Amino acid sequence: MKIAVCVKQVPDATVHKRIDPATKRLDRSGEAALNPTDLNAVEEALKIKEAQGGEVVLVCLGPAKAVDSLRKALAMGADRAVLVSDEAAAGSDLLGTARALAGALERESADLVLFGQASGDGDGAVLWSAVADKLRRPVVSQVASLTVDERSVTGKRQTEHGYDVISAPLPAVVAVSDAINEPRYPSLKGIMGAKTKPQETLSLADVGVDAGSAGEAGAKTIVLELGPPTSRGDQVKIEDDGSAAQKVLDLVVERKLL
Amino acid sequence: MTFLVFLEHHGGALEKGGLGVLSKAASLGDAVGVVLGEGASGVAAGAGAFGASKVYVCEASELHSPLPQPRVDALATLVEQTGADAVLFGASVLSADVASGLAARLDAGLNWDLMDLTVANGELVGKRPALGDTVIVDVGWTGGTRLGLIRSGALDAVESGGTAEVESFEATFSDFSTLATLVDQTQEVSSGPSIEDADIIVAGGRGLGSPEGFTLLEELAAALGGAVGATRAVVDAGWYPYSTQVGQTGKSVSPRLYIACGISGAIQHKVGMQGSGTIVAINKDPNAPIFDFCDIGVVGDLHAIVPKLTELVRSR
Repeated sequence: MKIAVCVKQVPDATVHKRIDPATKRLDRSGEAALNPTDLNAVEEALKIKEAQGGEVVLVCLGPAKAVDSLRKALAMGADRAVLVSDEAAAGSDLLGTARALAGALERESADLVLFGQASGDGDGAVLWSAVADKLRRPVVSQVASLTVDERSVTGKRQTEHGYDVISAPLPAVVAVSDAINEPRYPSLKGIMGAKTKPQETLSLADVGVDAGSAGEAGAKTIVLELGPPTSRGDQVKIEDDGSAAQKVLDLVVERKLL
Repeated sequence: MTFLVFLEHHGGALEKGGLGVLSKAASLGDAVGVVLGEGASGVAAGAGAFGASKVYVCEASELHSPLPQPRVDALATLVEQTGADAVLFGASVLSADVASGLAARLDAGLNWDLMDLTVANGELVGKRPALGDTVIVDVGWTGGTRLGLIRSGALDAVESGGTAEVESFEATFSDFSTLATLVDQTQEVSSGPSIEDADIIVAGGRGLGSPEGFTLLEELAAALGGAVGATRAVVDAGWYPYSTQVGQTGKSVSPRLYIACGISGAIQHKVGMQGSGTIVAINKDPNAPIFDFCDIGVVGDLHAIVPKLTELVRSR
């Protein structure tokens, strides 16, 4: 079984995130890390490999420094990494990102493509579906438990109304939720070994994507303006002296919320 | 500007999320609804009251299960037929995948997590909070069909009393779109509205002290006709189901009234609820961060205040 896991480098959780007012893009200059929920996808891929044999390939779109984050997933046990890195890909929106990843995934023709729940920066939780459409493969998302055999995947997921169990033949695209597993910590041996695992860097041209259809040039969405969030206005503070419940009710009724 | 609005339905009724988006679209231009799957024809006309001038329906068997890819096919067909300027979705597990698949199919831009939409100089503009809701970003589209996913509960469904013509259409399905199949489905029986649909949410965190504390919240929610939400910490601890989790790894909600009980207000929770209309916080720690972004802050013991509030609401 060949499993490709799509991962992303995002600003580290400890970094104060900011949008550069000039480019209107996220400032990625600070400390970066592998997107936390991508670790669940890596973990799931490793479990499948351990049970059935095969290969786990990381596929990433990002700046050259993303190799530092890929190393962590390699240390967990992934076999190799493919980084699509190209100046022309900077500022890619969903479409450009989907094109570049789909291009890299076509080259790999993995049986199973895994995604994590959402990126910590863009937080769209939509990428897999666009990639699946580009690859013309079935997609199952938000999967909280997954079974994989030689021919198919079956995933259970929570929806607004309960649980759905969805099955799809391989090759397929699956996005896992962060409830699916507890990602392992890399062992010392894994960390040492990661340094010598194969890492390949590809350009947009290498993955068959025209530079004009990715990055800012190819984006169909645009950030127009940045503004502060609307403030919540005046605040009422109540110290409970036994009458707080009545005061809350009065205020809520006054605001016509009941 | 003509809008196609994807309307989900469940249990013989249109979902409120989609109807809120429809109301907004109708205020900005010509709003046309689309209802897909088994039972679509029966519920479609109801969209007229929320501003749809017309509703397209398709009940092809490929659309019976709540799976995204056949819906991408159906919407792509309809966009081509109608030449709609924009396709809008109220965010859900299903619609997010539909919107993203459609973006890839149509080569169209998708903006997500929108809180509001406006038209400025003839162009559609979305408002989107970013970076943990610390920045509000105005987003647009550079051309083509504009796709937008609207945060659940962000827009109110407003009845305007209109009527809509219902028309069925034929969709063409791609070979790969029907490969995924629904093999089992468990409906969660809930007594009240789901947290996405609720006008009022009573949510609890670690301050409840124990899983039993949720009984207090359930009673208050039932009295208010609302739903119960939970923080990640208590969901992780197994006190309450994941389907009720509000926050970064759960759901983003924006009810008219959000009552946070024993919730400290960590950023991961804040991003999922700060779009709420009025936020009431009850916490015994006066330094809890939630007091920085609530409208009504009560410093006190929720175990005393919540049952009292329930009694008062019941006796109204």
